[in-house]
Amino acid sequence: MTCLPSSTQKKLGLVIDLDTCVGCHGCVTACKGWNTQNYGVPLSDIDPYGADPQGTFLNRVFSYEVQPEGKSAQTVHFPKSCLHCEDAPCVTVCPTGASYKREEDGIVLVNEDRCIGCGLCAWSCAYGARELDRDAGVMKKCTLCVDRIYNENLPEEDRVPACVRTCPSGARHFGNLGDPNSDVSKLVADRGGFDLMPEQGTRPVNKYLPPRPKDEMDVPALKPVATEASGFLGWLDKALGRIPGKGDRLPTKETVQETVQESEKV
Amino acid sequence: MHPAPSVIIFTTLSGLGFGLFAFLGLGLPDVSGWVAFVFFAMAYALSCTGLLASTFHLGNPRNAIYAFSQWRSSWLSREGIMAVATLLTFAPVAIGRVFLDMELALLGAIGSVFAVLTVFTTSMIYTQLKTIARWHMPLTPVLFLLYAGAGGALLAGQASLAGVLTLIVTGAQLLAWKQGDGRSTTGDLGAATGLGEIGQVRLLESAHTARNYILDEMAFQVGRKHVQKLRMIATLCVGALPALLLLALPAGHLTALIAVVLHVIGVAASRWLFFAQAEHVVASYYGR
Repeated sequence: MTCLPSSTQKKLGLVIDLDTCVGCHGCVTACKGWNTQNYGVPLSDIDPYGADPQGTFLNRVFSYEVQPEGKSAQTVHFPKSCLHCEDAPCVTVCPTGASYKREEDGIVLVNEDRCIGCGLCAWSCAYGARELDRDAGVMKKCTLCVDRIYNENLPEEDRVPACVRTCPSGARHFGNLGDPNSDVSKLVADRGGFDLMPEQGTRPVNKYLPPRPKDEMDVPALKPVATEASGFLGWLDKALGRIPGKGDRLPTKETVQETVQESEKV
Repeated sequence: MHPAPSVIIFTTLSGLGFGLFAFLGLGLPDVSGWVAFVFFAMAYALSCTGLLASTFHLGNPRNAIYAFSQWRSSWLSREGIMAVATLLTFAPVAIGRVFLDMELALLGAIGSVFAVLTVFTTSMIYTQLKTIARWHMPLTPVLFLLYAGAGGALLAGQASLAGVLTLIVTGAQLLAWKQGDGRSTTGDLGAATGLGEIGQVRLLESAHTARNYILDEMAFQVGRKHVQKLRMIATLCVGALPALLLLALPAGHLTALIAVVLHVIGVAASRWLFFAQAEHVVASYYGR
């Protein structure tokens, strides 16, 4: 049934650290690698070596530039995948019962044997987390690597989603966000983790940790060591200055200030 | 949103078909025999062609039977059930009127209610989506019902009623465009990423250089440049011209035919705009 469970025993999900993510797209590749060979149909690529290649991905990393007022701009890499929402609209809109949210752990999955590929669930998702596979015609989405996390054939350290396992900067964390004492819940509390688009009313399980405030250099700009040239260099400077044309005179106090002011305007 | 021909044909034709059913169920026009056959054939042809067109939108139609199972939560499932229920309810009504000269008035009235509910459930498929502000408003179902009513009255030969309804639906459409224009949501990257509190956010590098399903389906931008022209065409064809023909000229098959053709062109234009102009909130992440 595509009715949502009133509550789930666990709320498994990801915590994504926007401060430490370096934007390497390793999670994207690991996700595609694991999920193209496991749960459900492969994640197809259409025209992969041709002029107009495209493919299905369950996780994608955007890069944004944030410009705080009066400070240096900063780059924020932004991985985006299914947030396994508690009020998942993608589940309730599904006409066939293919989309469902698991009562035991809160994972949102697609049963491809029921999916008609109508795309309405993708329309209902504010996060762009669902992509219709262009080859198989069924909806693909993050499974939270449901076939890894409970898989006793894998070594214990591998029983986390592929994206988490592969992340080289430790920017992705997996755990039970329904338990306030879990590591991920503590991390969210410590770092002020937030929901994406809370106004959509979806109550995402996944949380994002905001970039830490950047410190500002508390050192004044380098002062010129000499404002008035003397000796041979002074003579040379004056001599060259007499030649008509726009010459670079050694910096004086005035010219240094002008340069600084101009650079601040930019 | 991508204005796929399948969904435009679906909403246009099935709206007309079920609108016609709603009138036929009430005995409007009061016909029997071969004349009734023509009317019912038209209603079935329009609604079934529309429903069939909608299946071309599916990536995996062989599972379509399951679409009737989730009526408790899904408007799309409810729409499928109501459409089939309406088509089945009208079968004995049509047989009675065409072949047996028998009037199943109660069943006809039930069928009319079902037809109206079908159009309502269709409209709710779009209205329910919070992600598309232009659709997520109370006027959307009103508009769909008025379109079906006006088109149904036209096809059922209710000339004066159709004239009035086409004018009302035109007014409602103008109001919906006005409301929708004030609800444009895309482009607010700061709100979408939650980074707006730090500073001005702009897209530095997209997650992918190739196109993908999300961009093709939900960040569709082609065809918006002719919005004003298409709105003018829709305004004239949906209501103004048919109403003029129906209310000012004496009733006749030719004027009715011209009015219907104009109206259908107008509805198709307005449906193109309904999809092409709908902005999905996910486009924000792409800085669009």
